Amino acid sequence: MKTVLPIVLVVLTVALILLALTGAGRASGTVGIALGSSFVTKKPSTPEQALTNLLVDAKRHNWDQAFSDTSNLGPADKQSFIQDWTGSNGSLRSFSNLETFETRPMHITDDQAQMRVHLHWSTPVGPIEDVRDFHLTREGDIWKTVWPKNQIPNVPAQVIPVTYLRWDLVSAGADDEWGAKNIDAPHVRIVSMNAVDLAEGVVVMGEVVNEDTIPAFVNVNATLVDGAGNAIDDESSFDRIAHVLLPKQVTPYRIDFPNLNLKNVKNVRMDVKATLVPASADPVIGVMNQKVDADVQGKAVLRGDLLNQSGQTVNIPHVIASFYDGDGKVVWVADGYVERALLPQTSSPFMVDIPKSLASKVQNFHVVVNQYSIGRD
Amino acid sequence: MNMKMPCLHLTKIGMIGLLAAGLSAISAGQTVEMHVPAALVAGGQASIPTTGSGKATFYLLGPGVSRKSEVNLGDEIRLESQETQNAGAYQAILCADNCQSATFYVSAAEPSGLYFLVHPSRVPVGQSDAVSGVAIPFDQFRNLILSPATVQFQLTAGTAPLLSRPVKTQAGIAWFRTTSGRSAGALQVVASLGSVVARRVVQQVASDPCNLKIEGQRTKTGITVETEPVRDCSGNPVPDGTIVTFTATEQGGKSTVDAPIKQGIARAQISGQGAALVSVASGVVMGKELHIGAQIESRPGGQP
Repeated sequence: MKTVLPIVLVVLTVALILLALTGAGRASGTVGIALGSSFVTKKPSTPEQALTNLLVDAKRHNWDQAFSDTSNLGPADKQSFIQDWTGSNGSLRSFSNLETFETRPMHITDDQAQMRVHLHWSTPVGPIEDVRDFHLTREGDIWKTVWPKNQIPNVPAQVIPVTYLRWDLVSAGADDEWGAKNIDAPHVRIVSMNAVDLAEGVVVMGEVVNEDTIPAFVNVNATLVDGAGNAIDDESSFDRIAHVLLPKQVTPYRIDFPNLNLKNVKNVRMDVKATLVPASADPVIGVMNQKVDADVQGKAVLRGDLLNQSGQTVNIPHVIASFYDGDGKVVWVADGYVERALLPQTSSPFMVDIPKSLASKVQNFHVVVNQYSIGRD
Repeated sequence: MNMKMPCLHLTKIGMIGLLAAGLSAISAGQTVEMHVPAALVAGGQASIPTTGSGKATFYLLGPGVSRKSEVNLGDEIRLESQETQNAGAYQAILCADNCQSATFYVSAAEPSGLYFLVHPSRVPVGQSDAVSGVAIPFDQFRNLILSPATVQFQLTAGTAPLLSRPVKTQAGIAWFRTTSGRSAGALQVVASLGSVVARRVVQQVASDPCNLKIEGQRTKTGITVETEPVRDCSGNPVPDGTIVTFTATEQGGKSTVDAPIKQGIARAQISGQGAALVSVASGVVMGKELHIGAQIESRPGGQP
């Protein structure tokens, strides 16, 4: 009797380990990454299995295996294939990890298949979901994925003179006479505010303008107040705002209050804080070809292209869009990060979602681009 | 900032005075007398004559000062200048067989400094009641001068005088409020009280852009558009770095570029081949629109 319990425990442990190994592709943990390429990969006898193998291998950074799961790439494409997964130039993708994925067949014949994948990435700016469609072909008794070749922009060597303004700050010394060297904070103003009730909670949004002649670091806070004058909750715009505003620049802002109902709110107290910061007018990023469209799932989105008109690499572009109804009222503010770095003089597509309930109201929109560049303010 | 507030010590002095009065009431024997100065200026020396004979103990309590010394009755008690630097109420107590107390006041000396706070440090031109200043005179010991004094405020934009106004202090404070000038640049703000002068500078900046006009042309890759020199309604050039938003609306979509003004002009390159309506805005100010025709496609042989 004494030996039965240990034997049962050992058998159970081995069974659980095997279960974890075979189910790693769909698991949300990091087991697959920790054990690397020592896993046994199932034969890709179905399109689902072939795509799962590719995604599991890519998730584990098992590049040789993942590369062999594709049908159309030659040895010269291997580097760009890897870069497609790992990112480059300090882009958001290079700080991201593929956490989980869900595959769904769209159309399958005897030797061709169309699959849709929901990729769930963990990133420094929060989870990001990417929806991609893949084409698969049958080669003998196995299936392989046709990897869409990604054109990596090739920026020619060139000299781009930068003559835009830069603002630096000189702080007053501690022994300066009182009142002699004060610099006022930048003057910013909330030009619009709209509070709406959604299924997820209350959303407060609008736009802020820097009315001053100097750059400002801006943050907007909102406090919901009930009928008795008590504060229900207060939140800030966090990253749904372009924090650094150059003179006369306008930014949308959005503040979310999850799990609250506007019925209980009597008043919304707004507070905008601005401080003087060093800033640069470079880089200039144009937002081209903006239009409201439908994505692969049929959802309304605003898409366009970001064009980096400067000579500086923008590592993580961040798009914030405000949407207006026919009366010019801000009815929604959405944001999205572009996972690829924006190289000098190149463009990159972007897309932000519009909620289904608001899509029909949207008559106009305004996009601003926030940017994070390594080594520059 | 180190302003001395004489009233903070009054409570303490009052308690000591009560104590002295109590001592006086219960004591019997030799009567002592002293005559404190009727008025004394901060940093001034003074003497307190006493009557009687024998030894006595002298206490001096004032703002930031306390002293106890043995004195001979009939002699004068000398107050050194270091003991009277702080303006306010002082309590002198002389105790022999009984105690006598008296209060005297030290007022601030001649003005030797002006604390001058001007707001804001930066102001758009042509704003009414936008510039304000507060001047507070102090003596050399940093005592607030409460007696009325006339502070002369002078504002000069470039070489043009904007304001010259004498203002009498009330409770030690003089202030002004005025409209900003019409031209961008440094606004010199001077407050003077006798020979004491304090200077501040307010930066007058251009106001919102006015009458924004653009011109543009089609290029091989899209549209190049630029503003005319951007000025406010007073004709001041809007500072470089100010963002001007160009929006080109075509049939297939919309393109926007937030371009900073450089050497007075904002420029943008917008991609697109179709006919476009280009609008311009800076902050909440809209400019005039410009219609640019579609790209004319070249045909083989160079014929359009």
